[in-house]
Amino acid sequence: RKPLTFTAHKPAPELILTPEPKVITHNNFYEFGTGKTDPAENSQHLKTEPWTLRVEGEVEKPATVDVWKLMNEIGLEERIYRMRCVEAWSMVIPWVGFELGKFLQRFAPTSRARYVAFETLYDPEQMPGQRNRYVGGGVDYPYVEGLRMDEAMHPLTILSVGLYGKTLPPQNGAPIRLVVPWKYGFKGIKSIVKIKLVERMPPTSWNKLAPQEYGFYANVNPAVDHPRWSQASERFIGPGGLFSVKRQPTLPFNGYGEEVAGLYSGMNLKKFY
Amino acid sequence: MSRSVPGASWRKPLATTLQLGVHLGALLPLLWLFVAINQGRLGGDPVKELIHYLGMGAVRLLLLTLLVSPLAKSLHFGQLNRLRRPLGLWCFAWATLHFLTWLVLDLGLDWSLIGGELVKRTYILLGFSAWLMLLALAITSFPALLKKMGRSWKKLHGLLYIVVLLACWHFWWSVKSGWIEPAVYLGLAIILLAWRRDSVRRWLKSW
Repeated sequence: RKPLTFTAHKPAPELILTPEPKVITHNNFYEFGTGKTDPAENSQHLKTEPWTLRVEGEVEKPATVDVWKLMNEIGLEERIYRMRCVEAWSMVIPWVGFELGKFLQRFAPTSRARYVAFETLYDPEQMPGQRNRYVGGGVDYPYVEGLRMDEAMHPLTILSVGLYGKTLPPQNGAPIRLVVPWKYGFKGIKSIVKIKLVERMPPTSWNKLAPQEYGFYANVNPAVDHPRWSQASERFIGPGGLFSVKRQPTLPFNGYGEEVAGLYSGMNLKKFY
Repeated sequence: MSRSVPGASWRKPLATTLQLGVHLGALLPLLWLFVAINQGRLGGDPVKELIHYLGMGAVRLLLLTLLVSPLAKSLHFGQLNRLRRPLGLWCFAWATLHFLTWLVLDLGLDWSLIGGELVKRTYILLGFSAWLMLLALAITSFPALLKKMGRSWKKLHGLLYIVVLLACWHFWWSVKSGWIEPAVYLGLAIILLAWRRDSVRRWLKSW
């Protein structure tokens, strides 16, 4: 992993960072297996350099971007965000990246762009979960995700290229991934190769697999339980051993309600989960 | 009790060896688990893995327990039945650790949350019912009680047929994605029950 140059911000005092070794060994990246340590074990050979990202669809200037060049040229900043997994555990991670909204402006979105569709690399030779349905947990690949245009343009939404000051390890979605801090972690699609601006709500991987369990919006919401467990609280993975893990209440919009609740005013969030 | 063929003197030591194997086979993975956790080899947050590993072990021990009788019968190897009690008790031990890990490490002994989850999540209720039945079987597993309870002991211990189905069902409903693995275990359970269908039928009639 290479060191990155970025603007740091003063971290919020109430946030305790999840230690780096835990951030990079506890991952969901089913392309490399469904166990939490599988991605760290099986992804190390993933060829992330060179890497291109295609931006297309409802834009006036579609283009293919060299991600490693982009990292040097675009201004990077550190964002320390809470990360809440739909499985009811959470971390606090110092991401390095840039705002998705500002990035998308470069391609001049048309007035018809209402949603943004993302796609992960599809390469069964490098990704054992894509070769074998059993290893990949039955997910249809490539992994796809989506955001509404206003969610994508929100300043909290970033494309991350690093964590803890260095480029991303493959298990965390190298070289470029999405981070939307008020949504469940599975929205943060990894190792992105394509971003397409579209008119209609795009399909999303977990919603296709189990629509009654995972919605398109996937906003962190303590009031809406997952059918198989409560979302009212979460296990925070911080410093310390197995027995020091504490349960803490889950915050609406993962604590970012002040900034983002307005995006959903008038919407029934129990229905649009 | 033993239906071994006279002169087959190797059967008893073989059964004893297998019994030792059961104890080691069920204990060593737990010791490994203890060491691996302390060394941080199970990753940043092994709670979910731990719960899954212990649950899977309990189901495997359960299937092995059910394998013993029909195997002993068809091999005319009555001594083999000595494996049933240790297998059953180890199954209970693994299931208890599975349950405790969920209570203590996952839910952090938050009793209102635990109560809510037990009532609201059918798959947890299924698993909990299976554990309660195993508890009843473990408590009454002493040979002295077997004599004292007579026919009602058999009636009670036939609950294992229900436990294995509940456990597989619990597994099926608990997984996030991928039904193949739970389907394989349920299939094995059904095969084992079908193999001893006469005993199952008799047990059902006894109620």
